[in-house]
Amino acid sequence: MTKVLVWVEHDGSAVKDATLSAVTAAAQLGEVVALVAGSNVAGVAAAAAQIAGVTKVLVADDAAYAHALAENVAPLIAGLLVDHDAFVAPATTTGKNVAPRVAALIDVAQVSDILSVEGPRTFTRPIYAGNAIATVESTDAKLVITVRGTAFAKADATGGSAAVETVAAGADSGLSSWVGSEIAKLERPELTSAKIIVSGGRALKDADTFAATITPLADKLGAAIGASRAAVDAGYVPNDYQVGQTGKIVAPEIYVAVGIS
Amino acid sequence: TVKRVIDYNVKPRVKADGTGVDLANVKMSMNPFDEIAVEEALRLREKGAVSEVVVVSVGPAKATETLRTALAMGADRAILVSTDDEVEPLAVAKIVKAIADEEQPGLIITGKQAIDDDSNQTGQMIAALLGRGQGTFANQITVEGDAVTVKREIDGGLETVSLPLPAVITADLRLNEPRYASLPNIMKAKSKPLATKTPADYGVDTAPRLKTLKVSEPPVRSAGIKVADVDALVAKLKELGVA
Repeated sequence: MTKVLVWVEHDGSAVKDATLSAVTAAAQLGEVVALVAGSNVAGVAAAAAQIAGVTKVLVADDAAYAHALAENVAPLIAGLLVDHDAFVAPATTTGKNVAPRVAALIDVAQVSDILSVEGPRTFTRPIYAGNAIATVESTDAKLVITVRGTAFAKADATGGSAAVETVAAGADSGLSSWVGSEIAKLERPELTSAKIIVSGGRALKDADTFAATITPLADKLGAAIGASRAAVDAGYVPNDYQVGQTGKIVAPEIYVAVGIS
Repeated sequence: TVKRVIDYNVKPRVKADGTGVDLANVKMSMNPFDEIAVEEALRLREKGAVSEVVVVSVGPAKATETLRTALAMGADRAILVSTDDEVEPLAVAKIVKAIADEEQPGLIITGKQAIDDDSNQTGQMIAALLGRGQGTFANQITVEGDAVTVKREIDGGLETVSLPLPAVITADLRLNEPRYASLPNIMKAKSKPLATKTPADYGVDTAPRLKTLKVSEPPVRSAGIKVADVDALVAKLKELGVA
């Protein structure tokens, strides 16, 4: 049976939704083993054990794994892949940062941002900014995959009862250190998981008009707010609002585009 | 490192036989993220933090044009690793590692992803192979002494990391606004050194690990309708049961 190691994306206390889509994709490949790496993550590990479809949770709890620095977590994952056949991570900024480093360490090509699992080694993925869909087959012994969250249903966050096992931590690589974070405050649904998105573009003229036009509608609909690159570059909203090839990939039920060409 | 890709303004067309995207007679340009990477290297040189900027491209003979563009922007010299095969990120990373072993750069800057394969892997793989720190999706770079501070664009906002030099950085869209090459600089670029090598010179096997079985058009959406006013829009949405 194929053993698939899934990266659990978390903020130190809760499992992020992107993980649930990755679990669904991984379950189509084989037995799902969740990896929780971080500092003081017993709570996250307990939550990961509840996810339906997860058979085992591996916990690597060490200060070196706080902030998921790729230089520290990639060797840990590469080591675990001796006993696992595949590594699956959500295609979030964390997954995109870590997975290619893992792939290079074990000398395999990574399959980025998959849309579907077509066979044990066959996947579809978007190329040319989604203007074409490639079907690719890996010829490597081990698989390293990132998963587009919007392409897979979320696994149930409850109902599972996986065993939690501790794995030994490696040393801090000394190749990078975390200095600080500026996390934008969000009082509304997260963009990538929102059912409704109201998005604004250049035609909104300035930050005040953007706020005055988009925010009330988004509030009324309980929607997340998105923006085009033009609106971000002009400073109407912070850059993590950006939707598109270089921003976030979304697939809500309703997307309202206002002043976007 | 820079890559020659389809111009970002061109709408790619999938070939009817499903073997790939039609690149014959299509306008090609430097990958936009690589322009940003080149610009950042030049700015670091202008600040005195960098002494020489070497641009590298792996690709067909025509990638020479892409390298000349980088030289015209201000890079000092170029290396073309010439091959007509499509080279995957892992093989590109191995070639760049071999070049880095020879050239010993303090900083390697790549774009965060190429707009053709959308892989977003090469920079991370280079860092892994060299055993160096990586500053991906960089929004701001500050070189101080023997370390580089990188502000990174992450899902929830921004994160700052510090990496000892040498290090590898991948450029995000908002790192800078790339300059245009002026006509005199384009002329000057023609006489700047450009070395041509092959993957074999670096002992790298570029055989693909991923087999592309097929390339198809994304599913086509059915045509929409235009409504006359807001009431009609809301009524229609309600009728479809989505709001």
